[in-house]
Order: sequence, then C-alpha cells, then structure tokens
Amino acid sequence: MTERFQYDNRIVKNFLFVTILWGTVGMLVGLIAALQLVIPEFNLASWFSFGRLRPLHTNAVIFAFVGNAIFAGSYYSLQRLLKARMFSDVLSKIHFWGWQLIIVSAVITLPLGMTSGKEYAELEWPIDIAITLIWVVFGINMFGTILKRRERHLYVAIWFYIATWVTVAMLHIVNSIELPISLTKSYSWYAGVQDALVQWWYGHNAVAFFLTTPFLGLMYYFLPKAANRPVYSYKLSIIHFWSLIFLYIWAGPHHLLYSALPEWAQSLGVVFSIMLIAPSWGGMLNGLLTLRGAWDRVREDPVLKFFVVAVTCYGMVTLEGPLLSLKSINAIAHFTDWIVAHVHIGGIGWNGFMIFGMVYWLVPRLFGTQMYSRKLANVHFWLGTLGIIFYAVPLYFAGFFQSLMWKQFTPDGFLVYKNFLDTLLEIKYAYWLRALGGSIYLIGVFIMIYNVWRTVKTGSLIANEDAEAPAMEQVAIAKEAGHWHRAIERRPIQMLILSLIVVGIGGVLELVPTFLVKSNIPTISSVKPYTPLELQGRDIYVREGCYNCHSQMVRPFRSETERYGEYAKAGEFVYDHPFQWGSKRTGPDLLRVGGKYPNSWHYYHMWDPTSMSPGSLMPAYTHLFEDVLDTSTTVKKIEAMRTMGVPYAPEFPALANADLVAQSELITVALKKDGIDAASDREIIALIAYLQRVGTDIKAKPAATEAKP
Amino acid sequence: MSVIFLLIAASTLVAGIFLGAFVWAVRKGQYDDDRSPAVRMLNDDPPRSTNNDLP
Repeated sequence: MTERFQYDNRIVKNFLFVTILWGTVGMLVGLIAALQLVIPEFNLASWFSFGRLRPLHTNAVIFAFVGNAIFAGSYYSLQRLLKARMFSDVLSKIHFWGWQLIIVSAVITLPLGMTSGKEYAELEWPIDIAITLIWVVFGINMFGTILKRRERHLYVAIWFYIATWVTVAMLHIVNSIELPISLTKSYSWYAGVQDALVQWWYGHNAVAFFLTTPFLGLMYYFLPKAANRPVYSYKLSIIHFWSLIFLYIWAGPHHLLYSALPEWAQSLGVVFSIMLIAPSWGGMLNGLLTLRGAWDRVREDPVLKFFVVAVTCYGMVTLEGPLLSLKSINAIAHFTDWIVAHVHIGGIGWNGFMIFGMVYWLVPRLFGTQMYSRKLANVHFWLGTLGIIFYAVPLYFAGFFQSLMWKQFTPDGFLVYKNFLDTLLEIKYAYWLRALGGSIYLIGVFIMIYNVWRTVKTGSLIANEDAEAPAMEQVAIAKEAGHWHRAIERRPIQMLILSLIVVGIGGVLELVPTFLVKSNIPTISSVKPYTPLELQGRDIYVREGCYNCHSQMVRPFRSETERYGEYAKAGEFVYDHPFQWGSKRTGPDLLRVGGKYPNSWHYYHMWDPTSMSPGSLMPAYTHLFEDVLDTSTTVKKIEAMRTMGVPYAPEFPALANADLVAQSELITVALKKDGIDAASDREIIALIAYLQRVGTDIKAKPAATEAKP
Repeated sequence: MSVIFLLIAASTLVAGIFLGAFVWAVRKGQYDDDRSPAVRMLNDDPPRSTNNDLP
C-alpha cells in the first residue's frame, strides 16, 4: 500500500540559515582573536580579550556552525533515507530553538568569563544541562523517525548519525561532572591528571564524533546525491563505519604525550591512533572514488568542487593526525601553531567545505529554484581554497620553526633562544598571514550569503515536500514484538552476561567518585592545597582564559627543563580542579613561574606586559587592578574543595577569609618595598598570589616565595 | 589514575551498544544486500499523480 506523506523542509531551512549566521559570527570572532595575537592593543576590554574570545570562537564554530549544519543535513537526509517525515514537528522546533538558546547563552557567558576552564567544554553547568536535554530531544526525534520508517534498510549515513548521538551523549555527561559553587561557577569533579585524561578523552572524541562521524554521514548522503552516482563501494562504507567507531574512542591519550600521564596510557593512545589511518582513508577513498566517471562535472559544479576539497582535506588531516600522535613528531609539534594549522585543515577544509557544498546543493532544492549565480559560487570556492592555504601553510612553517628554536642549543650547551618572546616574534609574520587567510576565507562566506539571499528571493520555500512510499510490511515487526521477551528468556546465559554488564556499570559509577576522592591524597608529601587567596587567584587565571596561551606542563626534555625548570610530575596536580595544562604555548609555560620573579614584576607585567617584556604580544589586564576581589565566595569554594577530598581542616572554611586577607596584606607589603602602592583587596593581588605559588611545592626549599604564609 | 576505570567503563559501554547494534544489523539482514542501497538512495520519486486511486 503506497502511503503519501510530506517531508518537513522548514526545519532544514531553519537549521541551514542559522548555520550560515553562526558560522559567520564564529569566524568573525576567530578573525578578531587572530588580530589580537598580533595587535595586543586590540584586546579592548576584559570581555573582549583573547583569553575569553578564543573559547567563544571554538565553541561557536564547533557547536553552532558545525552543530547546526549536522542538524540541517541530518534532518534533510534522515527523512528521505527513511521515507518518513521527522517523528515530531514539535520536537524539531524545541530542538531548534533550544539549541539556538544554548548558543546565545554561550555568546553571553563566555566573554563574561564564565567558564569551566576545560577546552571545548568551557560552558558552565546550567548550559551543560541544557545541552543534555536538547540532545535528548534530538535523540527522541531521530530514533522516533527511525522507528516509523518506510524503508527497512538503514543507509550507512544513518548509522553515522546514530553513532554521533550515542557517543556525544556519553562524552558530554562524563566530562561535565562538576560541583557547582553558584549559578555561574563550578569546579570540575576530577583533579589534575585525572581531569586531563577525562578532558582529552572528551576532546579527542568530540573531534571524532562531532566533527567527523556526522560529516561522514553527510558525505555518504550529499556526495552521491550531488554527483548523482552511487557510492563507490557500499560494502566499504559499512566496513568504514564499524571499524572507525570501534577504534576512535581509544585514541584520546595522544593529546597527552610526554605529559604526566602514565606511559602505558600514552602508548595505548598512539597504537589506536595509527590504526585509525585505515578506516579514515577507506572512507576518504570511498568518497573520492564515488566521483569516478563524474570528474568532468567536478570542473563545472561548485558543489562537487567543495566536496572534493573537503574530502581531500579529510584525508590529509586523518593522515597527519596519526603521524602527530607518534611521540617523536609530537615532541616537535605539540604546543605549537602546527596543531592550530592541523585543526583548521579539518575545521575550515573538511567541515567548512562540506557545509558550503551542502548549502549550495540544498538551498535551490528547498526553495524550488536554481542557484542565483554559479559564477559567484565558484568565486567563493577559490577564495575559500586560497584562504585555507594562506591560513595553514604559514602556521605549519611557524610551528615547525618555533619548535626548533625552543630546542636549539649552542655548541657549549646553552639555549640559543633563552627568551621565549624572541621565538614568538620570529613567527609574528605567520600570524599576520593567518589573519589574511582567515579574512579571505570569510570574504568567501559573505559572497555565499549574498548568493543564498538572491537565490532565496527567486524562489519560495517548499515547506512541506510531497512524497510517497510503500509502507514497510508490518508483519515481520509484529511477530518479532510478540517474541521479544521470549527470545531473551530462551537465552539465559546472554541474559546473565547482560545483567552483569549493567550491574557492573552501575557499580563502577558508584565506586569511581570514591576512588577519585581517595586518589587526591597527595603522592608527593610536600604538595599542599592552595591557600584561599591562591584559590581565588587561580579562579581568576581560569576566568581570564590564561590556559589558551600558557601551558602548565613541562615535558621531560632537556630543552624544556633547561628553559622552565623541573619537569611535571603527576602528583603535583592533585588539587587542581580543573587542571590547567593547556595545549598551546603562545606564551611560555607557567608551571615553574612561582617564585621566578618578584611580586612587583607580575604587578607591572599584568598592567602593561611590554613594560617587563618589550615587544610582548600579551594583552594588558588592567581591569584586575580596578576590580575588587569577591571574597563572598571563599567559604563556599573551600567547602566545595573539601567535598572533593582536598584536605583542608574541618574548621578551615570559617577561617578562610581571615587567611585570605592576611596573605594579601603580605603581598601588599612586599609590593610597597618595591615602591608600589597597591590596594590589598584587588583581584590582581590574588592572581599574583597564585602565580607565585604555581609549581613551587615540589621544590626542596618550602619558602620559595615571600607571599606564602 | 582511577578515573581510567570510569573512562574504560563508559567507552566499553558505548562499544557494547555498538556491538549490539552491529549484531542486530547483521541478523536483520541489513547487510545482505550491499549493492542496491547505494543506488536506491539516489531516487527521490515525487508522487506520480495527485489523485488517490493509486495501487
């Protein structure tokens, strides 16, 4: 019996338009951040400084630009592949508006410095909960559509969407376990090495299951559609899918090579990363070979051009990624702009170009018209390609050369570039070129917006597209439903194993928090909890996003111990909620900065970095000198730390603020000796206290800083 | 490092879900035909006519 129904195109259109909107915003913020790196004065205000805008850039392009594109593309393709309208129009709308609300709240909170301080997961706990809820709505809508489908076979693209949904749900929940202090502040439940491991397990798999698997699903739908050719090998696509998802999730530790993470975990990450080349390239080749016999059309059709470059970038990135996870290459590339170039080949090459191709293919179809100008689309394509090249190539050079400068020794064994800043100024030209590349890329996007706008004007939205398909025979399903529970009953052993797994997981979830608290007992006896003032200072460090440019992870290389001091030990970070190891050194590592300079140096440096380091590209943090430290949170913070197992004495929370005042007086007195008249209640004092404490506990002499009580 | 147990449990759980999905897919004959799905997805036949007397 043939059934008539309608596809919901309005939701696709909505998601597609906000993709373009947020993409533009995200890239614009990226361009601003790129310029702030070369023009420090461009850090115009506390909420307009690099440390706060960079998280906004990454969150906007990942969750708003790419996220909305995933929803647009999957809502379009799911309906057609399943021959069914989306499960519920209401859920679709809740999904759409909920997600936009989350994005708007990110745009507001991140510049205000409300951050959990974990890369790509910066949003504070109320937004984390909202994300979870909206994700569940998306899941119900997707699985509901799958259940009421008229096509028995689930096309490979759908499998990719399912994997995306399941895995992202788990990653987000596990990584976002936080202890709230207030509506806008929380502490990561995990500390130090544990926090780092969870964060990069999340970070890596967010790349895998937010930037890769959904886009492979989109590739398997839109590429054959645009080329009007069946995928090169459907068998390969199935092998691609299953091997990719089983391998991807174990590769996370490659983000923590040479760190304080145990060696075996690092090696495990490397092994799985290398294995990933096979499925990734299988998928990439499957995409490109789909165009066999259609290459003549690639010359003319901008949609196919975008797809070809996108898939090629995917191939490059997925070869480069495993290579970067080899320890010898990672030793050079990590903490440098090489990684920034690498992720942008993925971000603006693979994700961006897939999205643009999708936009040019979808908009005329949704509006029942032709693309306004193929020529302008081609111009966009070439500007985009040029933008990618201008963005990435200078940063590859910069990353490689800066790393070599960091590691360069004179014949008699001293660092050639003793001053970190010298190596940064050497690559400043590349930062300019990167901003140029980004601008070119963004101009292309503006041309696309114009083109889309003109196209939309010539057509009108086909909000509900008629379709028909035979109903799926219900016989098999009905029979199966009746037998469902008998089928399990007949398999007692499987039943036993299943229940063991379920119970086991429950047990693990119950026990692990206890382990975590116990493991906070210091392994290095000289490592002590932060004082209340230092803790407040640390929260300012997190709020200002210092970790975006400064690592706190000295790797066990002579070039690093020579420059920074003793390499990082796992036991040093047991009180760090969240960990602040960082992933990029635009400025020097700060793990051993404690006690390195007098308080006055930090005071002058935070007011005007160039006064202490001529030519410095660091923003000034003058607002810290005006803003009074909020001590009303101190007690709550200390109590939260105690809940998480930090060994403050039970009576300590009540005394915390007295301790805080005493320590800030000490720092003010020390500053006075150097001729600085500072008010002791300002945020800068807390930040100085923290900076003077970082990484000093393992030093033999405990009196490393005068500020310590 | 005890957090690794949590990560292994969570990862294994997801891997288990996928394994179950894989077994389901194979048993349901999702992969019996590895040619026609690639071709069929290309066809988005609009309704042939607007009247209701379809077979």
